[in-house]
Amino acid sequence: MDFNDTPEEATFRAEARAWLDANAELRRPDDRPADVLSERTSPEIIAASQAWQKKKADGGWACLTWPTEYGGRAATSIQNVIWGQEEARYRTPPNIFGIGTGMCGPTILTHGNDDQKAKWIPKLLSGEEIWCQLFSEPSAGSDLAGLRSTAVRDGDDWVVNGQKIWTTGAQFCDWGILVVRSDANVAKHSGLTYFVVDMHSPGVEIRPITQINRGQGFNEVFFTDVRIPDAHRISEVGNGWAVAITTLMNERASIGGGGGGSVNDLIRLAKSVEIDGRPAIEDSAVRQQIARFYTRIKGVKMTGNRTLSALSQGKTPGPEASLGKLVGAKVAQEMASFAIELQGAAGALDRDAAAQGGDWQGRYLAIPGLRIAGGTDEILRNIISERVLGLPPESRADKGIAFKDIPTGPPS
Amino acid sequence: MNFDFSDDQKLLQKTARDYLAEHSPLTVCREVLETDQPYAVELWKGAAEMGWQGAVIPEEFGGAGFGHLELAMIAEEVGRALAPIPFSSSVYFATEAILKAGSDAQKKKYLPALASGEAIGTFALAEKPGQSDVENVEARVSGGKLCGTKVPVPDGDVATFAVVAAQGDGGLSLYLVDLDTEGVSRESITSFDPSRSMARVEFSDASAELLGKPGEGAALVSHVLDRAAVLMAFEQLGAAQACFDDTIAFTQGRYAFGRPVASFQAIKHRLADMWCELELARSNAYYGAWALSNEEDELTVAACIARIQASEAFDDLAVEMVQMHGGVGYTWEYDCHLFYRRAKLLAAVLGTPAVWKHKLIDRIADAGED
Repeated sequence: MDFNDTPEEATFRAEARAWLDANAELRRPDDRPADVLSERTSPEIIAASQAWQKKKADGGWACLTWPTEYGGRAATSIQNVIWGQEEARYRTPPNIFGIGTGMCGPTILTHGNDDQKAKWIPKLLSGEEIWCQLFSEPSAGSDLAGLRSTAVRDGDDWVVNGQKIWTTGAQFCDWGILVVRSDANVAKHSGLTYFVVDMHSPGVEIRPITQINRGQGFNEVFFTDVRIPDAHRISEVGNGWAVAITTLMNERASIGGGGGGSVNDLIRLAKSVEIDGRPAIEDSAVRQQIARFYTRIKGVKMTGNRTLSALSQGKTPGPEASLGKLVGAKVAQEMASFAIELQGAAGALDRDAAAQGGDWQGRYLAIPGLRIAGGTDEILRNIISERVLGLPPESRADKGIAFKDIPTGPPS
Repeated sequence: MNFDFSDDQKLLQKTARDYLAEHSPLTVCREVLETDQPYAVELWKGAAEMGWQGAVIPEEFGGAGFGHLELAMIAEEVGRALAPIPFSSSVYFATEAILKAGSDAQKKKYLPALASGEAIGTFALAEKPGQSDVENVEARVSGGKLCGTKVPVPDGDVATFAVVAAQGDGGLSLYLVDLDTEGVSRESITSFDPSRSMARVEFSDASAELLGKPGEGAALVSHVLDRAAVLMAFEQLGAAQACFDDTIAFTQGRYAFGRPVASFQAIKHRLADMWCELELARSNAYYGAWALSNEEDELTVAACIARIQASEAFDDLAVEMVQMHGGVGYTWEYDCHLFYRRAKLLAAVLGTPAVWKHKLIDRIADAGED
């Protein structure tokens, strides 16, 4: 039992580090990570992000696990993780390609035909084209297969109408992966079809969503008679759900429990505020809480190390990876809440007026998104109980019913 | 990255599991619980034949000469079976104390007997209700004679000797005291989990032999507790896993409102949360085992988080086990209370989670560790 690289892993890490040393600058301790999800992304950031992606692609360090014929290096999963660990040590622009390289690319590589792979994958990998995901709808979140946007066949095209929501980066993307209903007369999972849509098509309208923290990381996307060539359909008509599952599996693998602030910051805060005339860090209740947070955060990290060990042994981590986000996001929220209350009445302040620059208040407003995005806590518990523990599935009121007959609200 | 046990270690674990499945089904635990016998004597002998008591004792002293990773695997299985034997007292505490601080003569005297199971050791720290700490030890040794009362002493009624924390000329120190000797009187006292026995031990001018250096007691207690905490975390982990597996099986087999109880989200989601607690406990215990087997500086921090999570997880899962069994979970006949009792007992005997949380903050508050 150890935390060390195997000799092969060490060689790979050195190779990655050598390239990064030659092409980027090491991160400094006081660098703050950019939060791409909560801010409107500027043209400058897009240009910088594209330039870095291009540089990586030219050097053979983009989308490492992809086949070499499309610009990848057919790397193993553990090599991909090692690359990620190394890249994170350097100052790099915010990454606007996570959805494309983490979800869209793997889905097209799995389900797309050769023409589709040749058309989209190289430019996705090189960052020349930017991708987004069009899955959730106002009435289809956790129950994604209940989505209602429609596609109707018209000659060599499909005509799409409806609305998507929570689309990260839609305003600057070139292509989107889209799941829509192509047949409402069959059961809900059977009537879906998966497409790639040109985001510059006539009839696509994009509006930003303002979040509870006033960030605007997401959009609503409206489709009005948008035409998509049949050649842009991924897999068979009616097979959209199976394709979407591939995307979602990749999504959960890429959303972690990060962004929660550190126990170190919390200890600094507890040393700087007082309870009963003594530093709060000496207060028994405060110590108990911080120890609890630390124990859980370390537990998530060590569970991650067990997952990496499985990867290192060539195994594929399964649904048990849901633990990191489920536990991590909740601890992050509890920690932010505790840190705000530790500030006493001054906890009611925000941003520059608050302790530690309002970081804890900021996190408290950002974290609810973590507990919802990419599978809510409740969906993750369903996944764990059904797919890890093998418990019986939910009894479903919409099973075996044609989609058009499924109730969508209380009887009138 | 290889944060996992090796195939050989897993094979050893499998052997232990198979042995205990045959020789220590829960009926063995229940028999000790329901009768006056303090522990399962035959199982204790069998464990010694398997080499478990001597797992980390060097071969020159009659042990198997394994490392702590192997012992952790055995501890997990001892926990899974709720084995009613004085394994933790003798192996995690007494043996670790002697391995750390024993003179060559003391090692020769005690280790072979510990390895063979003839000797049963225990660790006597607590003297009264409240958090046991080196600060409030009143037992005293002067002129090689120990006076004082230790209560509760786990397995103190069956142990042949104890490692006792007492005040001496140089301050708090550890002493080896044979319990079948003049000046020692002991009685079994009622245990919350009668499958594990507890005793009051009174010393009046009992012969006591210094273990380690005079005044080294506080450091040695901390050392022994850190090591015992990691091993106990594996015992708790094994027991928690057994408790969880049983609860999963029961809720799947039990039907209400025409469907398995385990199909209701009110149950499923709690089972998912319980699984998370168990996995966190496993991960933290692994971290503890890594730190213990490599004698890492991080051992104290690792022991703290292993101990905290294992105690809280086993406690949570045992509480939920009773609840999810419904009425039968509250009966003597069903096994839920064996887990419910054991969880509380194991959370108490080695310092409660609250104690370990204080220790953890002491360690990390100034270290800037994250």
